[in-house]
Amino acid sequence: MFRLLQSGVGVVAVLWAVPLCAQLISRPVPATDAVERGQKQFVIQCAGCHGSDARGDDNGPDLVRSVIVLDDERGSLIGPLLRKGFPNEGMPAFELSDAQIQDLAAFLRERTQSAINRNAYPLQDLLTGDAKAGEAYFNGAGRCNTCHSATGDLNGLANRFTPAQLQTRFLYPRGGRGGAPPKPATATVTPRSGPAVSGTLEFMDDFTVGLRDAEGYYRSFSRDAVKVDMQDPLAAHVQLLKQYTDKNMHDVLAYLVTLK
Amino acid sequence: MKQALLAALVWTGVLAAQPLDPAKLLQPPTDSWPTYNGDYTGRRYSPLKQIDQANVGTLNLAWTRRFTAGGGRGGGGGVQIKATPLEVNGILYFATPDNAWAVDARSGRELWHYTWATTGGLHIGNRGFGMYGDWLYFETPDCYLISLDAKTGKMRWNQQIADVKQEYFCGPAPMVIKNHIITGVGGDSLDVPGYLESHDPETGALQWHWNTTPRPGEPGAETWPSRGSMEHGGGMTWHAGTYDPELNLYYFGTGNPNPVYAPQSRTGDNLYTCSIVALNPDTGKLAWYYQVSPHDSHDFDNVETPVLIDGQFNGQPRKMLAQAARNGYFVLLDRTNGKNLLTAPFVEDVNWSKGLDADGRPIPNPDKEAKPDGTLVSPTEGGAANWFAPSFSPLTGLFYTHASESYGLDWKTDLSKTPEGYGGRNQTIWMQNLLQAIDYKTGKVVWSHRYPNQGGNRSGLLSTAGGLLFGGDPTSNVFAMDSANGKILWHAGLHTSVGNGPITFELDGRQYVVVGAGDSLYAFTLPGH
Repeated sequence: MFRLLQSGVGVVAVLWAVPLCAQLISRPVPATDAVERGQKQFVIQCAGCHGSDARGDDNGPDLVRSVIVLDDERGSLIGPLLRKGFPNEGMPAFELSDAQIQDLAAFLRERTQSAINRNAYPLQDLLTGDAKAGEAYFNGAGRCNTCHSATGDLNGLANRFTPAQLQTRFLYPRGGRGGAPPKPATATVTPRSGPAVSGTLEFMDDFTVGLRDAEGYYRSFSRDAVKVDMQDPLAAHVQLLKQYTDKNMHDVLAYLVTLK
Repeated sequence: MKQALLAALVWTGVLAAQPLDPAKLLQPPTDSWPTYNGDYTGRRYSPLKQIDQANVGTLNLAWTRRFTAGGGRGGGGGVQIKATPLEVNGILYFATPDNAWAVDARSGRELWHYTWATTGGLHIGNRGFGMYGDWLYFETPDCYLISLDAKTGKMRWNQQIADVKQEYFCGPAPMVIKNHIITGVGGDSLDVPGYLESHDPETGALQWHWNTTPRPGEPGAETWPSRGSMEHGGGMTWHAGTYDPELNLYYFGTGNPNPVYAPQSRTGDNLYTCSIVALNPDTGKLAWYYQVSPHDSHDFDNVETPVLIDGQFNGQPRKMLAQAARNGYFVLLDRTNGKNLLTAPFVEDVNWSKGLDADGRPIPNPDKEAKPDGTLVSPTEGGAANWFAPSFSPLTGLFYTHASESYGLDWKTDLSKTPEGYGGRNQTIWMQNLLQAIDYKTGKVVWSHRYPNQGGNRSGLLSTAGGLLFGGDPTSNVFAMDSANGKILWHAGLHTSVGNGPITFELDGRQYVVVGAGDSLYAFTLPGH
């Protein structure tokens, strides 16, 4: 009932921008009208052997990953091949104008770029869970209701976020994309002498701790001279990451999207 | 005194004109750091001990310099020095994408700067140089192997090693073994096949080419369902390996199979992706392999450094190889034959695996493969470890690695019989950075340092005979720990976080520690030396 097709923009926020593996490069994306013309032509003349998405089938090879297609520039390589054909392999010669070849090349370039650009892959069918089971988990094993309320802080939640945004945010809340930043951690710092200072935690590494106190002053301390007691309201979210089954996660999402 | 000083200067000047002595590659690094990991073992352990636990607290900045070319173009913004510099005869050599420098190791003064006119490719990073005599070698993002004259920075020749239009990109530090310049390739966006090559040091000509996935009829082909699946099966070779001169074997790790998150078109183990591989560097022939992530579907490139350890195991002296793998498991192998000695997780909550098979290989849990509605996977795509250099100290018997506990969502987006590229997406949900010290004999984490802040950490590690472990934290500190227990003995705040592996070397009786952070190198020494 709640199944939606995402348009593919939901989850692009990068929380930790550490590119560790392949990222994306892009070559010029052809004009949309050329791609559309090329696609129509491809479906009529090529799809019978290469499939409507150019991935190939039993009759013809995949063109998306074809070296010739990848090396092609506006039909420079595929044009002569199309006009000549591969008679020995069952591919006839095609009589095509330069414009038609460029349109076909534009369609194939768009197909390769779509395969490469994984950040734009559309998400689909996120809402597979059972909303009632999700509600039960929210108020039961997940103990989400310890901090949150469907009629309080989460009232109208589903109006503010897409399901894709909700899925990542309920697992571990982050600011941005229309959402208020999550409650920050607080800390009490106790020096060896002098009064303890409490406030919002702004920074902490192994050597320095920085707080914003109730009056708005920034206070920093050397870690080796103080004791730090930290209270992180998101700690329960980390614990839940270790606890959720995938079913729990999908059920909770199905429940949260009902909070309109 | 003045004459003696002058004589010393002249003497070092003569040294600086000398090419790299190949014997240096076979020795523990002292006055030089002549290869990516300092020596062939990958231990990143230095026998130097002028800087020790007693005096490291007084370590001072000797010099710092900025190098502001080579950022952007998919590399994550500004300049990131990811290369481990080579230090040979008092000169540091390092690179960023399309750019290379030689600088005076004593002062940071630039001697030359080389720039390559790029034709494209992902500029994610350059890991550095290989060196052979007077010649330097590095790879460019558009996949050319470049040879430079170390004295002048002038290009001798370039040789294309992959086609950037097929989405390959390149950047590992070439490995120099005898007269072989061994080069790897990266790029898993479009299901191209991975390979490793060896090139002639004088001409760049191809000596051999080894495909990381088999072709029909070859051994390993039985682990793929079809010709197309293995020919488009990925398995990149984007990180330098290690070498045992006695066994004459080159060890390296291979990347993930393709399509990445949609494995339905590649049923089977998918050899030799996500594996540790031993090749004869003279012929490129496979000696043995050990697959650390069979049938990977989580982007767990297995390129983490295979570190060579000579020591006792179960009371017997063994020649071993250890790796803290991206998938969360520490593996110890007999490096003469690839037999597993132990496998153990080095972070908590490794949920993508159901356990180990009889050969110590993790068994993937199919329930944790990417699905359209998302699966919650630990560790996430970036892994429990990554390319950041680990270290092994024979002094402590501990294997050190930066690590992450993390959770992420894996979504499958391509349900077709013939998925393409990634076939899915990933989002990191939460990450906690750690430094793990692992007893190689048991696989147990002996001590662990949890950084108090979240976030990634690219810093490599260096251990020394001074009882120290150098590295960087997720904020912007470089530190030295007691390598036995992780107690922090010294730190300095830099302008940004350490992004490469620290190195150390001795010049003029003075031990230097050099790290890269962002676009800068920082060199530290003791006062009074």
